[in-house]
Amino acid sequence: MTTASMTPAASHPSAERRLSTFLYRRPVLSLLLLLIPPLLWLGILYIGSLLAMLIQSFYRLDGFTGRVVREFGLNTYGDLFTQAHFDIMGRTALMAAAVTIAGAFVAFPIAYYMARYAGRRTRAFLYLAVLLPLWSSYLVRVYAWKFILAKEGVFNWFISQIGLQGVLNAVLDFPLIGGESLSVSPLGLFLVFLYVWLPYMILPVAAALERVPRSLLEASGDLGARPEATFQHVTLPLVFPGVVAGSIFTFSLTLGDFIIPTIIGDSSPFIGLAVYQYQGTAGNVPLAAAFTIVPMVIMAAYLIIAKRLGAFDAL
Amino acid sequence: MNPCEGAKREPSQGFANPLDENRIVANDSVPAVRLSGVSRHFGEVKALDNIHLDIVDGEFFSMLGPSGSGKTTCLRLIAGFDQPTAGRIELHGEDVTDLPPYERSVNTVFQDYALFPHMNVADNVGYGLMIKKAPRPERMKRVSEMLDLVQLPGMEQRKPSQLSGGQRQRVALARALIMHPRVLLLDEPLGALDLKLRQQMQIELKAIQQRVGITFIYVTHDQEEALTMSDRLAVFNHGRIEQIGTPAEAYEHPATPFAAGFVGVSNLISGATAQAISGTPDTFSIRPEKINIQAPGVVVPDGYCSANGRIRDVVYLGMYTRYLVELDGGADLTVVRQNLDETSMDVLANRGRPVLLTWQREHNRPIAALS
Repeated sequence: MTTASMTPAASHPSAERRLSTFLYRRPVLSLLLLLIPPLLWLGILYIGSLLAMLIQSFYRLDGFTGRVVREFGLNTYGDLFTQAHFDIMGRTALMAAAVTIAGAFVAFPIAYYMARYAGRRTRAFLYLAVLLPLWSSYLVRVYAWKFILAKEGVFNWFISQIGLQGVLNAVLDFPLIGGESLSVSPLGLFLVFLYVWLPYMILPVAAALERVPRSLLEASGDLGARPEATFQHVTLPLVFPGVVAGSIFTFSLTLGDFIIPTIIGDSSPFIGLAVYQYQGTAGNVPLAAAFTIVPMVIMAAYLIIAKRLGAFDAL
Repeated sequence: MNPCEGAKREPSQGFANPLDENRIVANDSVPAVRLSGVSRHFGEVKALDNIHLDIVDGEFFSMLGPSGSGKTTCLRLIAGFDQPTAGRIELHGEDVTDLPPYERSVNTVFQDYALFPHMNVADNVGYGLMIKKAPRPERMKRVSEMLDLVQLPGMEQRKPSQLSGGQRQRVALARALIMHPRVLLLDEPLGALDLKLRQQMQIELKAIQQRVGITFIYVTHDQEEALTMSDRLAVFNHGRIEQIGTPAEAYEHPATPFAAGFVGVSNLISGATAQAISGTPDTFSIRPEKINIQAPGVVVPDGYCSANGRIRDVVYLGMYTRYLVELDGGADLTVVRQNLDETSMDVLANRGRPVLLTWQREHNRPIAALS
């Protein structure tokens, strides 16, 4: 009975089965079918809008009528390369670099502990603890930091309780990083950037550390290397691509952020803020577009330098 | 009690029964490695339990056993990657139990080779010298000597990812040997290689060991490998050493049922079957290649054991044939005969035939059953 009912199905396979057989025989076609939606998304929406922005940056704003003149030219870039704008770019790049370097130093020990020493339960807990802040709104967290770092905030209270008020005041008296209180100083802005982007550094570094086989560390010790030499010659070179991956996140996220500098710090403009203001209040879309090209150029330069330094050799 | 023990033993080679507390020290000189009462427990699991072992300077010593028998744990304790729960470890008379790996004069060839993926072959092989801050020209000279020794001349600039399994294995060997260790530890180094390459590397490893004249401690689960290469071997099981001896001793005089079964193939005969064959119910082992297959009714000469049975199964293996013979008493015996004159047709036709098995009584190996 079963055999009899099976036979027609075998000789006349269903449309579904014929389709799978058809696709199985044509792997290139299946691949194309799978890739077309994401390729369309990337090609039109992502690359396309980048190109549109690039084109916009060569238009210019007519200062008299306040209208965008759709003619190719370098006037906008002339407006971009002024001293005030160079200050913004320098400040942003410096902040991004400081956040990235500090992030690497803070994240490494945490990631090292997670990957090498923590037991399974502790590790799961730590991954959750690192990821958990990303589940809540970043605006809420930044505002929370504003209150934490305020003059009447809990951080100041704690510092005065342990008798370090004098140290904090001395630090806040430094001209370029200090201010009235931490929440309105560049130093406070740096701390908040560091906090907000730290998970993006910890996760790739921990992943890279987990991929280093224990036997490599044992082999290094076996060949006479003390733990610090093993770290220098084996662990660090193998984990460096992970640090670079993390730094791409922290660096580019800091370069482009426009919300945190408006909430924390002394209101000095950053690239993101400049873009936001030029395209919004000022209506100068070409200059905003030209400004957006800047972090991309900085990132490209950063990656080229990282590659030259051999950051990706161990990949 | 083993009646065969004693007479054939060479004075320089120890044969220790694990049940016998009076360990026979191999010779008077200081052993390369001495383990005294070494244990490694992981919670309830006794990975190694009260190991006493002397390894003679300059010998090729194998640690043989199935996975989980404690042989790799033992090697890691000697290298210093792990600390024993109890007992002391000495290298050339010096107690190294509390020393970290980088202060022990042993080097290791790892099972997965553990080559540094971000360094080329020269930097891998020269790593230990670089750590010792040897000047670069000397380092490069010794690297190239080492690559000659392991037959990889001119491979300095390759990355490990560009090498075959056998080549990586040689680089790992060169990287360990360049340190001139007095003891080299090898953790199943040939496990990932195919049969032909493995056999070739066995011969090469042995030749290199004789050339450099240092102690090799070789961990393997492959009894053939251990028998081929070793001067002496230890059979590990459940964290204990079942037998220590030369390959010939381990093969011909297995000390325990486990050793008899793990080193080569053995027929273990006990109880009523043993009573019928040898006159006593004591367990003994008989190797499959010692047994003759004859027609039933043949007169059994003096000094021979015999048993009647039927050939239940025939496995033709080219060079030889393996027969499974069901004895009239019920037990199964494995018999191996070389295919001298027989073709596969001949041997396969033997299936189902009644036969008389005969073997010299002196090949019976009494085995003390472990409690």
